Amino acid sequence: MRKQLSLLLLTLAALPAWANLNVFATVPEWAALAKEIGGDKVTVYSATTAFQDPHRIEAKPSLLAQARRAQLVVAAGADLEIGWLPLVVRDSGNSTIQPGSPGYFEAANYVNRLDVPAVLDRAHGDVHAAGNPHTHLNPHNVMLVGAALATRMAELDAANGPAYQAGFKAFAGKWQTAMARWEKAAAPLRGVPVLVHHSSFVYLTNWLAMKEVGALEPKPGIEPSSGHLTGLLAKQQATPAKMVLRAAYNQDGPSQWIAGKAGIPAVLLPYTVGGTAEAKDLFGLFDDTLQRLLKALP
Amino acid sequence: MQKSFAMAALLAASCAAQAAGSDADLAAIRAQIAEMKQSYEQRIAALENKLAEAESKTAQPAQAPVVAAAPQAQASASAFNPEVSLILQGKFRQMKDIPNRGITGFFPAGIEGANKRGFSADETELVLAANIDPYWRGQAIIAMADGQAEVEEAWFQSLAIGHGVGLKAGRFRSGIGYINEQHPHARDFADAPLMYQAMFGDSYAQDGVQLKWLAPTPLFVELGAEVGRGANFPGTERNRNGANGSALYVHVGDDLGISNSWRVGMSWLKTKAGERSADFTDLAGVTAQGAFSGDSTTWLADFVWKWAPNGNPKYQNFKFQSEYFSREEKGALSCRSDDAASLCNVAVDSSYRTRQSGWYAQGVYQFTPEWRAGLRYEQLDSGTRDFGLNAANLAVDAYKPKKATAMIDYSWSEFSRVRLQFAQDKSMQGITDNQLTMQYIMSLGAHGAHKF
Repeated sequence: MRKQLSLLLLTLAALPAWANLNVFATVPEWAALAKEIGGDKVTVYSATTAFQDPHRIEAKPSLLAQARRAQLVVAAGADLEIGWLPLVVRDSGNSTIQPGSPGYFEAANYVNRLDVPAVLDRAHGDVHAAGNPHTHLNPHNVMLVGAALATRMAELDAANGPAYQAGFKAFAGKWQTAMARWEKAAAPLRGVPVLVHHSSFVYLTNWLAMKEVGALEPKPGIEPSSGHLTGLLAKQQATPAKMVLRAAYNQDGPSQWIAGKAGIPAVLLPYTVGGTAEAKDLFGLFDDTLQRLLKALP
Repeated sequence: MQKSFAMAALLAASCAAQAAGSDADLAAIRAQIAEMKQSYEQRIAALENKLAEAESKTAQPAQAPVVAAAPQAQASASAFNPEVSLILQGKFRQMKDIPNRGITGFFPAGIEGANKRGFSADETELVLAANIDPYWRGQAIIAMADGQAEVEEAWFQSLAIGHGVGLKAGRFRSGIGYINEQHPHARDFADAPLMYQAMFGDSYAQDGVQLKWLAPTPLFVELGAEVGRGANFPGTERNRNGANGSALYVHVGDDLGISNSWRVGMSWLKTKAGERSADFTDLAGVTAQGAFSGDSTTWLADFVWKWAPNGNPKYQNFKFQSEYFSREEKGALSCRSDDAASLCNVAVDSSYRTRQSGWYAQGVYQFTPEWRAGLRYEQLDSGTRDFGLNAANLAVDAYKPKKATAMIDYSWSEFSRVRLQFAQDKSMQGITDNQLTMQYIMSLGAHGAHKF
């Protein structure tokens, strides 16, 4: 009896050890960042994988169950998840993760957003009023989001605050070194004109000073049509692109078609963590992205 | 940092003073100092790195992103306006002209516009939604058709209760069954399944309060309870204190691997009817009015399974869903008619007891981002109907209404869809009605997320 009681007390004492900060990340890149910062102090759930279009996720029962138990939602923001996340957050019955509370974090709020539309009209496709939400493909943005995220995590879980700050510092140190390496290696990509499937690489091309000369989607969120592709091909004469980029979750047909006709390589980029075998973490994501881009250079 | 350095120096000094004689101690102190030196060298190197990084950043300002100070708020006052969306939904329908369209063997639930043929603008839905404050969110849906605007939904829900608890109050679609909460524009076919038409006319909405609780488990388990006015079919409007309709339900769901998701549900609805009237045909072949007063209890079971390769539904996905219901009604039936030829010319009151059931199953396959095709099969069972004394006056039809539907639809984007549907409807005894429907669904403005 006494043994059982002491066992129970021990278990209770051990509770804070498993009461990790539960993070619900909408996309793999921010899940990976939360893991870099939090290490074993956090339990991170990624709502999507690199093979899912983050615009088109459904408010699945499993997502509701995970959101119910989360202390922190880390979203890409800028309306990327507007089709499902608001519903998941509301129906989770979890007051700590509602927008406006510390448990709700949007990465896009901490970076300088590109492609902020001057005119809001659906005739331009599924535009995001707050700008392009695919912010993570500029590693400087990853740094900015990481600093803000570490602060937020420390605010939510003060006991582990120093651990999060230390986790971020360690990550930032390695990241700075890696960025210097990437920026050096990427020099040949400067000014290279490219076609993209969806406008999901604008932060990457902006960082590397590459030139986007066209998108396979006639308007964001509208599937490539043969008419539009033919038009793009015709434009190859005047403004030739050197390669066509797509994310792991995009269909390969349209980029293969135009690559074949134009005689340029179709490059699959991991887009996010898990998109290729090499993109195991954030470092691998950029290593592999650059390697694939450089390999495609003529 | 200075402080810790000073402390370390003091400590080292006192150690040194205490154990000046011992070589071993001296060695320990040397080791300590070496360790400190190394640690500080590392820190200095890190700082130098940082400095170099900062310098390189300023050297190429084009690449260094500007730090956005906290969330960038939109300055305009319009940012505070509710999310507005408008759904245009119209159709062209070709089918037989059957003036009193109904479902043989079932108490008519009053289906609006059931016999409307040719072109129609059907219904225009206006949706307004917004957070009211940090604690509540509100939504109103006004359905507009010729000459009338109907408050389809008008409710507020809690945001800040926590512990998995959700509270909703106002007029809302009940959480029972699977498609009951879906708006017509979110459905995969142009009309509600026969099962829902027989049960509710289309779907069941409640003026009342809904309480939901989501269990803190990795498996999705949701419990819901509702009490309300219960004025809609199978209940009736009854001006009295207290609640007339109540419902309970449980939903369980999860993923199976990355590509499959499922949900099952069980629901119970109880309502009371007072003088719920409908036309019956008496055994003399004359129309008589029957009025039912009593209790109606409905059990529903639902199942939905969704598949998408890698869990990415954009290019390809398949959805299967099926629902079953069983309803029992107990009470009194009064039959009357003003027609002298009717057997009910002198009102006859009797007992009334029925037990009826039905189901549907449907599959919808999206094979490209734009195209989807679907099949639906449904069958009802008029079951046992005991009219007591009125069995001598009224015809008791025993029939199993059936319907088979095929549809194909095309979507230019998430916001525009056109659908072609063909149905063979045998919901009325002795009639096979081949129905052709062309439908469009266009949504303008903010697009609220759809439920699973």
